[in-house]
Amino acid sequence: MFDTESLVQQYELTACIQCGKCTGGCPIALKSALNPRALVYQMLRGEEFELVSRGELWDCTTCATCGLRCPKGVKAVDLIIALRAQWIESGKIPTTLRAPLTATLNQGNPLVLPREDRSLWADGLNVKNVADGAGIAMFTCCENAYDPRVQAMPRALVNLLRAANQDFGTLGLDEQCCGSEVRRIGEAGLFEYLRDDNLEKFRAARVSKMVTTSPHCFNVFKNEYGKHAIPVEHYTQTLAHLIADGALKFSKKFQATITYQDPCFLGKQNGIYDEPRAILKAIPGAKFVEMDRSRERSVCCEGGGGRMWLEGTNSQVRLANDRIAHALDTGANILATACPFCFLTLSDAVIATGNEEKIKVMDILQIANAAI
Amino acid sequence: MPNSALVIGGGIAGIQTALDIADAGFHVYLVEKEPSVGGRMAQLDKTFPTLDCSACILTPKMVDVARHPNIELITYSEVCNITNGASDFYATIKKKPRYVDTNKCTGCGSCAEACRLKGRVTDTFNAGMGKRSAIYVPFPQAVPLKYTVDPTQCVYLTRGVCGKTFLCKDACKADAIDFTQKEEIVELNVGAIVVATGFDPFDAALKPELGYGIYPNVITSLQFERLSSASGPTAGKILLNGKEPREVVFVQCVGSRDVTTGNLYCSRVCCMITAKHAHLVKDKIHDANVTIFYADMRAFGKGFEEFYDRVRAEGVNYRRGYVSEIYAAGGQTPKRDGKLVVRSEDTLIGKPIETTADLVVLSVGLVPRVETNTLAQILQLTNSSDGFLAEAHPKMLPVDTKINGVYLAGVAQGPKDIPDAVAHAKAAASAAIVRLRSRQSSVASQQ
Amino acid sequence: MKSQIGVYICHCGLNIANTVDVEQVREFARILPNVAIARNYTYMCSDPGQALITNDIRDLGLTHVVVASCSPRMHEPTFRATIHKAGLNPYVLEMANIREQCSWVHSDRTLATLKAMDLIASAVAKVALLVPLQEREVKVTQSALVIGGGIAGMTATLDIANAGFQVCLVEKQTHLGGRVAQLDTTFPTQERVADLLAPVLRAITTHPNIRVITNADVEKVDGFIGNFRATIRARPTFVDAMKCDACGKCVDACPVNVPDAFDANLTTRRAIYRAPDARFVIDARACSFVQDRVCRSDPRCAAVCDRNAIDFSQTENLVEINIGAIIVATGAATFDATKKPELGFGTYSNVITSLQFERLAARQELQSVKDVVFVSCVGSRDATTGNTYCSRVCCMVNAKQARRIQEKFPDARVTVFYADVRAFGKGHEEFYDAVRKTGVRYRRGYVSEIFAAGGQTPKRDQKLIVRAEDTLIQKPIEVSADLVVLGIGMTPRAETNEIANVLGLPRSGDGFLLEIHPKLRPVETAVDGVFLAGACQGPKDIVDTIAQARAAASSAFASLCRGQVKIESATARVDEEVCAGCGLCVATCPYGAPALIARTGTARVNQVLCKGCGACEAACPSKAIQVMQCTPRQVLAQIAVLA
Repeated sequence: MFDTESLVQQYELTACIQCGKCTGGCPIALKSALNPRALVYQMLRGEEFELVSRGELWDCTTCATCGLRCPKGVKAVDLIIALRAQWIESGKIPTTLRAPLTATLNQGNPLVLPREDRSLWADGLNVKNVADGAGIAMFTCCENAYDPRVQAMPRALVNLLRAANQDFGTLGLDEQCCGSEVRRIGEAGLFEYLRDDNLEKFRAARVSKMVTTSPHCFNVFKNEYGKHAIPVEHYTQTLAHLIADGALKFSKKFQATITYQDPCFLGKQNGIYDEPRAILKAIPGAKFVEMDRSRERSVCCEGGGGRMWLEGTNSQVRLANDRIAHALDTGANILATACPFCFLTLSDAVIATGNEEKIKVMDILQIANAAI
Repeated sequence: MPNSALVIGGGIAGIQTALDIADAGFHVYLVEKEPSVGGRMAQLDKTFPTLDCSACILTPKMVDVARHPNIELITYSEVCNITNGASDFYATIKKKPRYVDTNKCTGCGSCAEACRLKGRVTDTFNAGMGKRSAIYVPFPQAVPLKYTVDPTQCVYLTRGVCGKTFLCKDACKADAIDFTQKEEIVELNVGAIVVATGFDPFDAALKPELGYGIYPNVITSLQFERLSSASGPTAGKILLNGKEPREVVFVQCVGSRDVTTGNLYCSRVCCMITAKHAHLVKDKIHDANVTIFYADMRAFGKGFEEFYDRVRAEGVNYRRGYVSEIYAAGGQTPKRDGKLVVRSEDTLIGKPIETTADLVVLSVGLVPRVETNTLAQILQLTNSSDGFLAEAHPKMLPVDTKINGVYLAGVAQGPKDIPDAVAHAKAAASAAIVRLRSRQSSVASQQ
Repeated sequence: MKSQIGVYICHCGLNIANTVDVEQVREFARILPNVAIARNYTYMCSDPGQALITNDIRDLGLTHVVVASCSPRMHEPTFRATIHKAGLNPYVLEMANIREQCSWVHSDRTLATLKAMDLIASAVAKVALLVPLQEREVKVTQSALVIGGGIAGMTATLDIANAGFQVCLVEKQTHLGGRVAQLDTTFPTQERVADLLAPVLRAITTHPNIRVITNADVEKVDGFIGNFRATIRARPTFVDAMKCDACGKCVDACPVNVPDAFDANLTTRRAIYRAPDARFVIDARACSFVQDRVCRSDPRCAAVCDRNAIDFSQTENLVEINIGAIIVATGAATFDATKKPELGFGTYSNVITSLQFERLAARQELQSVKDVVFVSCVGSRDATTGNTYCSRVCCMVNAKQARRIQEKFPDARVTVFYADVRAFGKGHEEFYDAVRKTGVRYRRGYVSEIFAAGGQTPKRDQKLIVRAEDTLIQKPIEVSADLVVLGIGMTPRAETNEIANVLGLPRSGDGFLLEIHPKLRPVETAVDGVFLAGACQGPKDIVDTIAQARAAASSAFASLCRGQVKIESATARVDEEVCAGCGLCVATCPYGAPALIARTGTARVNQVLCKGCGACEAACPSKAIQVMQCTPRQVLAQIAVLA
């Protein structure tokens, strides 16, 4: 059981006028029992409930649309995270989350792989350690570092930064999980540990500026690391600047029709819409087309908020599948994105919908790398 | 003359204030920034809840203002400075050049017919729903009915040359067109000032999730007024690209009661405007499916609740829940007149819903005119936290300001419907009359 | 002399010309009988258009003019002024409305052109028969009567007095202040009403131009704009204010206890009591001595009064005043909550009205409570009570009171039941946001029933159960309450009928007094020179009431300042040779203009009161009464052409 009153206070739920804008915009609500508006109302009424009866709480992708659109400033997503935290605190952690969380604590990553393997992605690239003096710290992200399906992304970024003569390094084996998804799963304690430990590691390595490959790492560093946060950019910002400054030039043609999936943590949550498009539009030979539901009206891929490790209550309907249909509708043969979670969920959806012949998911890093 | 009043803004509030002060025997300078008086009310089709034709009840007042022996109409002009005297004010008015000699212009319209840009200039009076020429009158009943050259559009004024010959000049039989006109400065000495500068509609593009500016069939409530008006671009037929919509969705509180836009306040009129629009749709397209998404239905004025009852009885669906997102049906790339999907939660059934629509009308709120801050500085007035001009006391002194002799009328002080704006304007007139009369009697007693 | 008629056909830009073939119409008009000239022009109302007319009058010696254009409501005054400028009587003008009645409502060009021709032929036939009329003005008595001493009446009074006119302010009760004086605080600013009211009361009572008559009714009003005569019946208070030193001994002596209406019947008072303005007065209806000359107390009030201030010999006083303008500011009543028996008002002592809450708060008698429920829309938006309208203030009153309780007793559970929160005024939505932040819970649904917890017989201060559906969870719920506050609506005062009859004012469907136009003339009435201020016209909060009261003052200024007022010239006249003195016209006229003259036995029309509506003309069996410019001869000529 939990204290509704303190949740009402902490998340200022009294501001809510029950207009339903949150639930109306929730990408999950149409396929799940999840109803942010009703959840807030339940808190306001002081009605407690058995958390375990509300499995839909784990359906939330923390895309944050609910809070961004709320006319009264209520962040329903924060309430959902808080309720997940209560759930975790009760010890009834969903089984599929146990291993990732334990591994994050012990190995610094949720992929349950050894800490010492973290730099395997960079084999042969000779990337220096940022502690040896580099202007920019490149933060790889656990997913990009360990998952062979997306290890090409950080490698591409290394190539691109070098092509633009940038001085950068990585944290090497000192890099560990940023804590973004850990926090959203509700493991507040683990998140705080990771945050403090990371900040200490950044300080030790004299990191003054970071560039991330994942919007999730970017968001958490930028918005949730407190007053000691290091200035951070998502790579799309960095590359867009380099292109605009003439430091990064594309010499090869990349013949394709490209559309773009806005990652929620980059677009909706941080307003970075133009930079990814600027990069794609600068690619020689590529034709950029826009999906109808884009930018502020983009559709979540369902990869965030811990959903990489949770199927959710309704796996029959997948937003990523819809998204492939939207992308195909534009006539694109490349669906670009700028997030490892989006890349993975959308790539799975291409296969699940049998569209491997028609469309391919690529990270902007891969496309840009192919054009230099 | 110091025993006169300056009224800034020639909408219904300014018109009413000017008429009342003039009727009480004082001279009034009525300064209007646009080429014609009439303001926002002139753009409306019908008025709620009586469904009176807006132009039909407004035009006689506009004509009254022009004809009144005590009123001097100064249109197409702006107040650029005010200095406070001992108990009076000195106002500097900038008269913008119309490039048309108003003494000669007969309002015949042959210049606009001849204009090289005929049918190519976005018609702001029609809220962008139609096109006009670079030389124009905003609407047929304009007061004064004198043409004006739009300096931001006119080919000659923007590029220095307009073909081999001035088409408008050639067409004008009255020889009224005069491109040598310059800005004029007028100095006025007045005893009281009434600010009646009204509002702008909220810019719906600031709510990107609603698709305004992306889909041509997402329009604002002001655009709907023009679409529904007999004098509008479709002659009163509700047509989009020549087609009648079958499914119409209205979205409430666009830019009102919304921290994301910074407008925390309720705009006071949108609920009833939408109710009226819903009625007009049902009236003109009987079998149309009309849905209104709202959170609190604010039908508070005289006869309003009864009108709300009537609209529901006509078959309009009210669904409780703010609209969260609008996108094209089927997810296809935007194309003209495509069906739209309106996403919201119906909070009374507790479920997110998707409603299809051929036309979506966004009920946009009222925001202070862009010029409000400049004018506030000129007059040393303060703004309320909502950006409208601050009255001296929110309960007891709704028209007075912190400056003696400066009064507020209508929506410049905060959103209001027409009767409330008229009452407020008359109250401002009363305040000005009391001041002018007591000045008069104190001057008389001194002599 | 043969008439020389000029016909002027307006294109109204394309408004007319698009649908009507104006050139063909001109050809047609030119050959109509007595027509000397027919012209058409793009905008006849423009200066060059008007110049065509004035030039023709001068050059061709026109005697009558027809303008075929828009509705006469629009430009008749324009063209009257035009022909007057050229030396003609302004009333020898006839307008043919070929826009609203033709081009705007037809699409077939041929038929519309034919109809325009008919309308013009008809106007030409009539215009030759028009007679010159004199424009008339009457002098205005430069003072005003304000009926009702609440915030609306006081505000209007002050504006008129400050403009230098004498004002008589008549209040029914023994004190000024009205409904607002009963309130504790305002929304959304939460200021003490007493503090806001004090300077207004001071200004009223000390103003040299203001005469206040309290404890009085306006009994009769005669006359017309600029020249009203009002009879005011002032009742005695039986206490000589000059002698009374407010010692209060009389009150102790008084044996009568009656509910104190000022405290919304929460308390009782004696028949002699200290009124809210601190003056001692006797409530004549409650005092048995005034009623029956008996009092069971010994010694009686008069006997204990050291200063002989109590004077039962005081009698009613009739005051007659002449005024030029009248402002009605009689306010509104509050809804009688016993008409909603399901809410338990009158049954449970802990179900109170929002007005009673104000009194408790003002008296600083708010008791600590645990569970409080506020009920919205009691007697508003409710067909079962006949009040289908919204009372406009109750949402904010509820919000203000809920906040007051929540802030005073932080542990209280305060719930507001509502259907739509109407926080529409300046700062209201922000206030509503702040109220929720204090912890007040809003639950969507009207309260359906209130009953005692446990079902026992009603006893004081027991727990109540409030039953409603929370429509946002679609479940009926029961909320317990120690105190229930009913957000009661505003209703027209019972006396509204009387004042409407005295002044001849119509009422709107909701029972409030009717303004002449709901959008553009919110304070004017059907009677010229009589204006409405405040809640007598419809529910309003304080700030909107003040704006409207000042608006009413502004309307009054038009005639008061000029000292003269124009009156209708096209009025009814009686041919006394034909009139049989049947009096039908007197009975028919809504404005009381005709009267039978005893000496001649015939009717005569007061030209100032007559509005030229024509009701008498239709009623008159002998056609003795005729409205100028609409006589049977003129109208029949107009019709004959169309036959």
